[in-house]
Amino acid sequence: MSHSYFWRKLHSLSGILPLGIFLMVHMFINSMATLGQENFNRGVSLLHNIPYLWFFELVVIFIPILYHAFYGIWVVYLTRNNIENYRYFRNWLFYLQRVSAVITLLFVTWHVIGLRFSEGVISNNITFEFVSAALNQPVILVLYLIGLLASFGHFANGLWSFLVSWGITVGEQAQRTAAYGSFVVFIILTAVGINALLAFI
Amino acid sequence: MAKDIRLVIKRQANPKSADYVEEFVIPYFPKMNVVAALMEIQKNPLNAKGDVTTPVAWDCNCLEEVCGACTMVINGQARQACSALVDQLTQPIHLAPLTKFPVVRDLVVDRKVMFDNLRKVKAWIEVDGTHDMGPGPRVSPKVQEQAYRLSKCMTCGCCMEACPNVNPKSNFIGPAPIAQVDLMNSHPTGALQRERRLEALMTEGGIADCGNAQNCIKVCPKEVPLTRSIARLNRATTFHGIKSWFNK
Ligand code: SF4
Ligand code: SF4
Ligand code: FES
Repeated sequence: MSHSYFWRKLHSLSGILPLGIFLMVHMFINSMATLGQENFNRGVSLLHNIPYLWFFELVVIFIPILYHAFYGIWVVYLTRNNIENYRYFRNWLFYLQRVSAVITLLFVTWHVIGLRFSEGVISNNITFEFVSAALNQPVILVLYLIGLLASFGHFANGLWSFLVSWGITVGEQAQRTAAYGSFVVFIILTAVGINALLAFI
Repeated sequence: MAKDIRLVIKRQANPKSADYVEEFVIPYFPKMNVVAALMEIQKNPLNAKGDVTTPVAWDCNCLEEVCGACTMVINGQARQACSALVDQLTQPIHLAPLTKFPVVRDLVVDRKVMFDNLRKVKAWIEVDGTHDMGPGPRVSPKVQEQAYRLSKCMTCGCCMEACPNVNPKSNFIGPAPIAQVDLMNSHPTGALQRERRLEALMTEGGIADCGNAQNCIKVCPKEVPLTRSIARLNRATTFHGIKSWFNK
């Protein structure tokens, strides 16, 4: 087994575990905003006070994101897209996977700089008021909507692709069922994510 | 009925020269295919402006879509010239050489890399000597059926042409040799070299470089179940990788 095989597989895995799981948990926690300002602020401060938070952030979030992003840029570079001549459904998704990768990368970078490092170093007092003030600017809200849709789409299609790359779904029927499944994942994430976003408005 | 056919052909005199486009107008006859159209140019090498030019070079052999030699890009998609019927193509008909292989001349390309890749993944069955070893092992009809579908590959290169991950920037071996590993591994004698083939697929440019665009299975003229083979071997290489790591 060469190193490239291992790193490529790790790239596929890291998108699901931990990043996809983190994305889902993140949306779930955001949804506390739908229960009102108080609940959200209490939830966030609880989260920011769990033990070994820095370890989780580093190992479960930052390192995988950096790895997935940098290796991913390389993968995007290695492709020569050809949807003009081969207009197949899967080829479109393959292309959109790369487009959404770039959008998600820009969005996540901006989002992390703006929220997690808003005070120069790790910031500890993200409040409902702070997020709400930002999201009430229409430009920021639209950029967030685009960023959310891109990351949900990228994750859902990546999930389908992961199942093939790891040899879990082999037959056409299994792959088709998995495609419906990942579409459902996309719809649920979009509903939950946007519902949480609008709770700040 | 005197109908004319217009052809727009991307040409190149030799591997090193620059490419250019030349147009041709040739007489139509019923049921003609692209090879027949190219033969008309050969008979009377005049371009659309009426100037004498060199006849367009192309490759062909079987004329029944089993050898793959006549593969070229016809109206944007890779396919065989011998089975491309003029009646079913929109005009003008655009012809170009495959883009994933070096051009030899006009529509002739060198598909050597596909054979090199077959060698890389050990797509053959090793037989120990030429002496009589008696009857071979039995193969179940189910395996035979699957093997037949895989064995129809004619190394034409359509799948390589359509695969977005096969290009000069990457060294991905492409879908065709992966399916041939599936074929060789499914044979009871071939299975003796199974692990060596899996290891070959796990090297740089191997199976992990597939990005699941699944264009290959859409364009394959022989309906080789490429994406099924890729997924099966994704599973086999994953297991093999884990197993060998724990056995190290
Ligand atoms: S499924 Fe893999 S091999 Fe087939 S076209 Fe897509 S990237 Fe290429
Ligand atoms: S798998 Fe199909 S498209 Fe690819 S080389 Fe073989 S016959 Fe051609
Ligand atoms: S000449 Fe053999 S496939 Fe066309």
